[in-house]
Amino acid sequence: MSKKVKKASASPSGRVLTPEQKKAARRESTKKLLLGNAEKRGLLASLVIYVLLITIAFIYLYPVLYMLSRSLMGKADLLDTSVKWIPSQLNMKNYQDAMLVMDYGNSLYKNLVLAVLPTIAQVLVCSFVGYGFARYNFPGKMLWMGILVLSFLLPTQTTSLPNYLLFRTWSLADGSVKPFLLTALLGQGFKSSLCILIFWNFHNQVPKSLIEASEIDGAGHFYSYFRIAVPLSTAAIVVVALFSFVWYWNDTYLVREYLGREAISNRNIGLTTLMIELSKFDSSYGATSAASAGGSTSVDKLSEAMKMAGTMLAILPMLIFYFVLQKQFVESVDRAGITGE
Amino acid sequence: MAKVKNPHDKHHLTKRTLREWVFGYIFISPWLVGVSIFFLYAMVRSLIFSFNDLQLVGMVITPLKDGLFSNYSKVFATEINLPVVLAEFAISLVLQLPIIISFALIIALLLNSKIKGRSLFRLIFFLPVIIATGPVMDMLTAQGVASVPMVGTDAISSVLSNLPEFVAEPINDLFSSLILILWNAGIQILLFLAGLQKVSTTMYEAAKIDGANAWETFWKITLPNVRSIILLCSIYTVVTLATGGSNAVIQMIYDATYSATKGYSYGAAFSWIYTVVIIVILLLVFLLLREKSDRKVKYEESRGAREEQRKQQQAAKAARHHDKFMAKTERMAAKGERRKAK
Repeated sequence: MSKKVKKASASPSGRVLTPEQKKAARRESTKKLLLGNAEKRGLLASLVIYVLLITIAFIYLYPVLYMLSRSLMGKADLLDTSVKWIPSQLNMKNYQDAMLVMDYGNSLYKNLVLAVLPTIAQVLVCSFVGYGFARYNFPGKMLWMGILVLSFLLPTQTTSLPNYLLFRTWSLADGSVKPFLLTALLGQGFKSSLCILIFWNFHNQVPKSLIEASEIDGAGHFYSYFRIAVPLSTAAIVVVALFSFVWYWNDTYLVREYLGREAISNRNIGLTTLMIELSKFDSSYGATSAASAGGSTSVDKLSEAMKMAGTMLAILPMLIFYFVLQKQFVESVDRAGITGE
Repeated sequence: MAKVKNPHDKHHLTKRTLREWVFGYIFISPWLVGVSIFFLYAMVRSLIFSFNDLQLVGMVITPLKDGLFSNYSKVFATEINLPVVLAEFAISLVLQLPIIISFALIIALLLNSKIKGRSLFRLIFFLPVIIATGPVMDMLTAQGVASVPMVGTDAISSVLSNLPEFVAEPINDLFSSLILILWNAGIQILLFLAGLQKVSTTMYEAAKIDGANAWETFWKITLPNVRSIILLCSIYTVVTLATGGSNAVIQMIYDATYSATKGYSYGAAFSWIYTVVIIVILLLVFLLLREKSDRKVKYEESRGAREEQRKQQQAAKAARHHDKFMAKTERMAAKGERRKAK
């Protein structure tokens, strides 16, 4: 910093400056440093950007931070108004109780089954269909593309009811993963239309001449799909896989419809998800505390802290997943070219 | 490809195109089956339900006694606060959409400048996409942590008490759950960021040489360049807000469908009313934000079309050459065979 100032005061080229000139030059250079010029942003501008970003980031994360701090508080801390953020001692009892209420290990396993299998099916089928739309010209293509976009825009609430009835008549809505797999395999999973559009957009950017060259060399249509198009589209596959997993994990509306009423009210009948367990936390708490009343492991009174611990537990797997694969997540939107060219 | 005029090639080309058609349909066939059953057929069935009376036991569909539209009129008659709820939803969309979009754009602009720790900030701003779900939001709203800590909500609600309810309610909601509303901006921030990085730097340099300041540069260069992304983000935002699990109208539909007194046909009619509302809103957003068809766009389009045509012609030519070549080699081979046979 000081170097720069000195340099500025010595200029232009060693000529002796009057004190006034020196002062003016110094003022000029300080101004330059703070406000910047055409080439370089000044210190002040940088400061403003950082302060803005950090403040907004804090506000953005405020609910999560609150949740974390609350979930670790004991009864005394909750009542003590002097304890705002940092608990006087770390209390893990809330987490233990919340795990019991949500039947955590079991629910986690069921949730994984429910999210992973349809995600795999969704990626396979959407890639295939997206390639079909991008590579080939056929009559009725525009019509089908229109229906594809429409099925993304229209609320699923209109179709979910007849679909639920359909699953019931085929006796699929028994709390198993079957309806999720069936819909994903037929390109009608959660936000499948968006996934197909992502693949369509991606395959559209691959030069057609590449595929045509392989065909002139005698490659069949499936061969050139599996050996050329699929390896080229790894970026899109990563995006669709990540987001499908998140969508299947986090959804509560369609999961409710597909699992059926019995499975939702009783988690022992079929699959369940952590989000469903979280949404009925209060009623599960009643059952758990009644069951454990006489036993050795009694559950604390339902508190705000326990609910926050439950919420924390529900989002924990996704948080770990996100921080492990953060790079893929954050760069994915960029690479899949969703913004279009 | 069907437009090629040379009658000589017609036979070969139709064979090629036919193959293309067949394989196109083979590739989209899983989706075609799925969309027919789970979207088109479901839509038709839902329409039929809404115009009839559906008895769940044995799936008996009987025509309505009091007129075709009686389910619809029943919805409006029973849900007395439906117009209020829909108006609230529309107003909250009008309020939230600009906030979400401009927030996303501002954050993207901040992140797009040369700063340290950029990936960390991106990580933070994208986080809600992963964790913001209906039950989590409900839990957080119940704890009262959804509002910005510094904003006094009491003062705002006392000011709002003079307004009619369907206006006051959304504004109140806006302030009491501002953070969670901003949580909807995760994907949009990344979309804007990707869009901003595609704006060519030469434009900014040219503007700088012409003496434009940052403010002018933003309005004259940045904003027009991300216009299409604003439209994309707006539609995405409307769709997520309108179909998200925590939406009040959707909750009403769900409750009505599974209630003992209202039933499936009623729920179907209700969901169709809501669908129409969403279509209207989407159309409005599209009409408001679409790019005005200026000359540049038209020129680009026509250039694109010309390019496409040229490519197709080239492809056809290549195919012709290829076929000719194959025929020639075949003839040669046949000749060789014949000679050998002799």
